[in-house]
Order: sequence, then structure tokens, then C-alpha cells
Amino acid sequence: MDLKTKLEYVIEVADLTVAYDVKPVLWDVDLKIPKGKLMAVVGPNGAGKSTLIKAILNLLIPISGNIKFIQNRADTKSNIKNRVAYVPQSGNVDWDFPSTVLDVVLMGRFGLLGWIKRPGKADVDIALQTLKKVGMEDYSSRQISQLSGGQQQRVFLARALVQQADIYFMDEPFKGVDTKTEKAIVLLLKDLKDQGKTVVVVHHDLQTVTEYFDWVTLINLRVVASGPVDEVFHQENLRQTYRSTGMLLKGMAV
Amino acid sequence: MTPQFEIQLIAVIVAVGCALPGVFLVLRKMSMMSDSITHTILLGIVLAFFITHDLSSPLLIVGAAIMGVVTVWLTETLTRTNLLAEDAAIGIVFPLLFSIAIILITRYAGSVHLDTDSVLLGELAFAPFNRMIVFNTDIGAKAIYTAGTILIINLVAIFLFFKELKLVTFDPVLAAVLGFSPTMVHYGLMTLVSLTAVSAFEAVGSVLVVAFMIGPPVTAYLLTDDLKSMLIISVLIGTINGILGYQLAAIFDVSIAGSMATMTGILFISVFILAPHRGLLSIFRRRKMQKTKFGKMTLLFHLLNNESSFIQEQVSQICIVQNHLNWSDHFIKDIINRLQGENCIEVDGVFIKLTDKGRKTTIQEYNELFS
Repeated sequence: MDLKTKLEYVIEVADLTVAYDVKPVLWDVDLKIPKGKLMAVVGPNGAGKSTLIKAILNLLIPISGNIKFIQNRADTKSNIKNRVAYVPQSGNVDWDFPSTVLDVVLMGRFGLLGWIKRPGKADVDIALQTLKKVGMEDYSSRQISQLSGGQQQRVFLARALVQQADIYFMDEPFKGVDTKTEKAIVLLLKDLKDQGKTVVVVHHDLQTVTEYFDWVTLINLRVVASGPVDEVFHQENLRQTYRSTGMLLKGMAV
Repeated sequence: MTPQFEIQLIAVIVAVGCALPGVFLVLRKMSMMSDSITHTILLGIVLAFFITHDLSSPLLIVGAAIMGVVTVWLTETLTRTNLLAEDAAIGIVFPLLFSIAIILITRYAGSVHLDTDSVLLGELAFAPFNRMIVFNTDIGAKAIYTAGTILIINLVAIFLFFKELKLVTFDPVLAAVLGFSPTMVHYGLMTLVSLTAVSAFEAVGSVLVVAFMIGPPVTAYLLTDDLKSMLIISVLIGTINGILGYQLAAIFDVSIAGSMATMTGILFISVFILAPHRGLLSIFRRRKMQKTKFGKMTLLFHLLNNESSFIQEQVSQICIVQNHLNWSDHFIKDIINRLQGENCIEVDGVFIKLTDKGRKTTIQEYNELFS
């Protein structure tokens, strides 16, 4: 309990309800996102995982609710838009767009530059360093249309990293990537955590939650549970989340 | 300046002015919206004319620009309901607004020079008659200055907001997260398109405006993978279309706007067939080369595999190989001839076998492929 009282939070979501048409997708969600944690958002299809992230990022208008970004003393950026980075699902953009890998990564710097100002040499340097970090340094001048799914994901990750934000939101970064890339991405996420950043990841694979994350939020329309993985990620909560009576975790006898 | 030169100059200025925003229309998959806007702005012009009763008032341009943005907004609002697709929404909004404009013109403005024919096709040949007079001096055709102003506005806007246009076009969600309102950039671009259309269609008509906006960027897209180059190539192609189109019209004594639109189509088809990487011809050639290359590798691998099995002793019968690989007579002959020419295999009657060089190449290629 002592640990918990010391937790600093970066975002507080209160009474959030979102609906598309008439069907609620998120129902009265209260959630606190702790600072410096690697948090998985887990739930069945259509549970509102991506919607939760989009609502926090102000990308859609909720029916009700408050999203509060808490300014911590250690935060370097005062502007909310510069504090937050977002890695959307890579399938959502047109990969035939006439651009190179470097061009796309540089887009991550645009928020820090503001209107009209162009990216300079310093931005290019940061972008190239980051590409190296995600193992894509040989691809910087490659056309984005030539990338594989895993490479696209790495480029999107690099684009988020160059934002040098405090809080990272990622929508299924492991979707369509091979095991090797998945492990590489996990290492990067842990690296971010070690730097004191907060990382929130929409995640699908229940089997890897304990291995990859230290915090987990289980949602299905509402928040079923949210807390440290070892406290809340158990059979009973998962059953409530997935409304299933079967075994959801391998090797976890009830 | 001769009228001929002036006509070509106007055409080039209009073409370049249209190609610049056109690149972003094409990349945003909004080509058909330009068709809609170039027609519906007529309603804006008519309504503004009813207020001012002056055909040369700048308010007409403002009215047209507003109507262009209204067109986009109406279309997108309809699309957002998810009850109909965007192309269907265009099919509703465009005829509705355009026909209202036509009815208003024929009913209330019949005596004024707001001629529906000239709206659709324009008449470049008459453009030089409309002069720009400053302090009693004739400084050239008026269209040069109206179209020139819009060209400069487009150049400056795209130069200043290149980064924002690129970001919003590629990934509007990221743009929103980073604080660049996609809606604002979007409607900014649509305002530019409307302004461009209204300035251009007086001179060249709405059909040619569409050809100028969409043709060059689509052609350029086949030639480059870089957004900046795409802008530059579009501008060049627009220029070529304008000049060659005029020559075509002069030679055959036909409609200038029609010739330029035709030229746009001809140039597109030529690039579509001949473009170095994405053209039909080079795709065809590349497929053929790949087919031969894979055929050669397949045969070599097959021979090497047979060597290691002890039933065949370093030789294979051609007809059995052909049977295994299920190749046509023509194809296997072609591949054998090529490999023989490269000294990779030896043919002895109905038998073929790998040469030492062939074996080395095969192992090397195998390792490259599977390591």
C-alpha cells in the first residue's frame, strides 16, 4: 500500500462515456494512468480499447467525461500536444504516398516545430539516430511503399520516438509483425520506461502481458480492473472482461 | 505581345496554377471533388452578381470561393452520415448546386453576359480581347493578371505550408495529435482550389480546369516517388500540355481548350505506357525478365537436386525434366538455350547436365536465396 500512495499519475480520466451512433463504446470510465509505467490496455474486440486512446488524445468527442493531464515537475514540455506521442495502427495511412522513410520519421518533429517552420539539420540527425535505434538505418532513403508490415511499424515507432514526448500511446504495435520485431519493439518500450516515460499500449496477446508490461487495464465497455499486472491480471478479472468461462491463460490453474 | 503568345502564356499560367493544388487533390483522393467545385462555384458567382450587379466585382471571386468550400462541406457532411458514399454525395451536391446556378442565370440574368457555354468550355481565343489598362496604358490581357495573382497565391501558400499539407495528407490523425488541425488545412486547400477554379474558368472553362488540376499530377505520380519532384514535374507537364495543346488547336483549327484537354490525356497515356519504372512497357519487360531468371534458377536447382539423388547419374533427360517442371516446349527450349549460352549446362542429345561452372553458380545462387 505504501508504494501505491507514492504513485504519480500523468493522466486522469473521469466519467468518460463515448458512443458511436446509439451504442455506447465506453461506459462511465474512470482511469488513472501512472507515470513511468508500461501499461497494457487489454480487452476483447470492440471493447473500446482504441476508442479510449482516441478519446484521451482528443481525437473524438465524448458524450461525457473529463480528461486531465497532470503536469509533473520533471516534465520538460508544458504543451500537452508536445507531451503526448501516438503510434496509430499502421494500416490507417496510404503507404503509396510519395515519401521516404526519413520524411515520415521527420513528421514526428513537426509538433515541436509548429506552423510554417521547416525541419532542420538537428531534426534530421535525431531522425537518423532514432532510425538506427529501431534498426532501420539502412532504410532512411527507401520509399515507404517498399516496406513490409514490420518495417512500417518500426517507422511509425521511430516517428513517435522523435517527438521526445513524455507519454506514448500505441495502438497494437505488434499487429502484423514477426517475433523478432516484436521483441525489438518490447526492448524499446522498456527503454522508454527506464527513461521515466509513460507508455500505454493496446495489446491483444494475453499470454505476453505478464512478460511485457508492469501495469494493466482490463476493459470491456467499462474498466474491469486497472493496476499492477501481478495484482489484477488474474483469471477472475479476465473472465469478467472477456465474459468467458474458459481458460484464458495457459498454465494458470484456477 | 501577339495574341497567340498571350493565349499560350495565359494557358501556361492557368495550368501551373491548377497543377499545384491539384497534386494534393490527387494524393488526398479527391480528384472528383475538383470537378464538382469547378461547376458549383458558378452558383457563388451568380449569387454574388445578384448582390453587386457588377460582373467585374471582386466579390464574385469571394462568392465563388465560399461556394467551393460549401460544396466540399455539404459533400463531406453527407458522406459522414455513412448513408451514402463520397462519390454518390458528389453526384448529389454537384448537379444540385450547378443546376440552380443555370436556372438563375437563364431566368434572371439572360441579358447579362453570363453565358453557360463559356462557363463549361471557356474561350481562350477571346481572352486577349479583355485588356488590363493601367493609367491609360495597355499592359496585356487581363486574364494574365487574374490567373497570375492566383498562381502567386498558390505558390506562396504551398511553399509556406508544404510541411502541414504533407502531414495532413499522409496522416491526418497524427496531424491532429501534433496540433495541426486537419480540418483547417483541408478547408484552406479547398479555398485555394476554389479560388484557382474561379480565376481559371473564366479563361479556360471548367472542363479544362479539371484537366489541368488532375491530369499533370496523375501523370507526375507515375514518374516520381517524391512529393517535391511530383510538384515540379506536374508544373512542367501542365506547361507542356498548355503549349502543345495550343499548337494542336492552331494546326487543326479546333477548340483551344478542347485541344489542351486532349493533350493532357495523350501525355498521360504516353507516360502510362512508357514511364521508366511504373509504365506498362517496363512492367511487362520486368515480368518477362523475372520469368526468365526464375526459369533459369529453377532448372539449375532441379538439375543439382537430381545430381544428389543416385538414380540419375549427373545427367537428366530433358523430357523428364520438362514433365516435372510442367513447362511448355517453347519455354524449356528458351531456358536451355540461355543456360547453354552461359556455359552452365551441357546438352548431349536428349540429356542435359550441369557444367562445373553451372554447379558453382547454382550453389552460389541457392545460398544467396536461402541463407
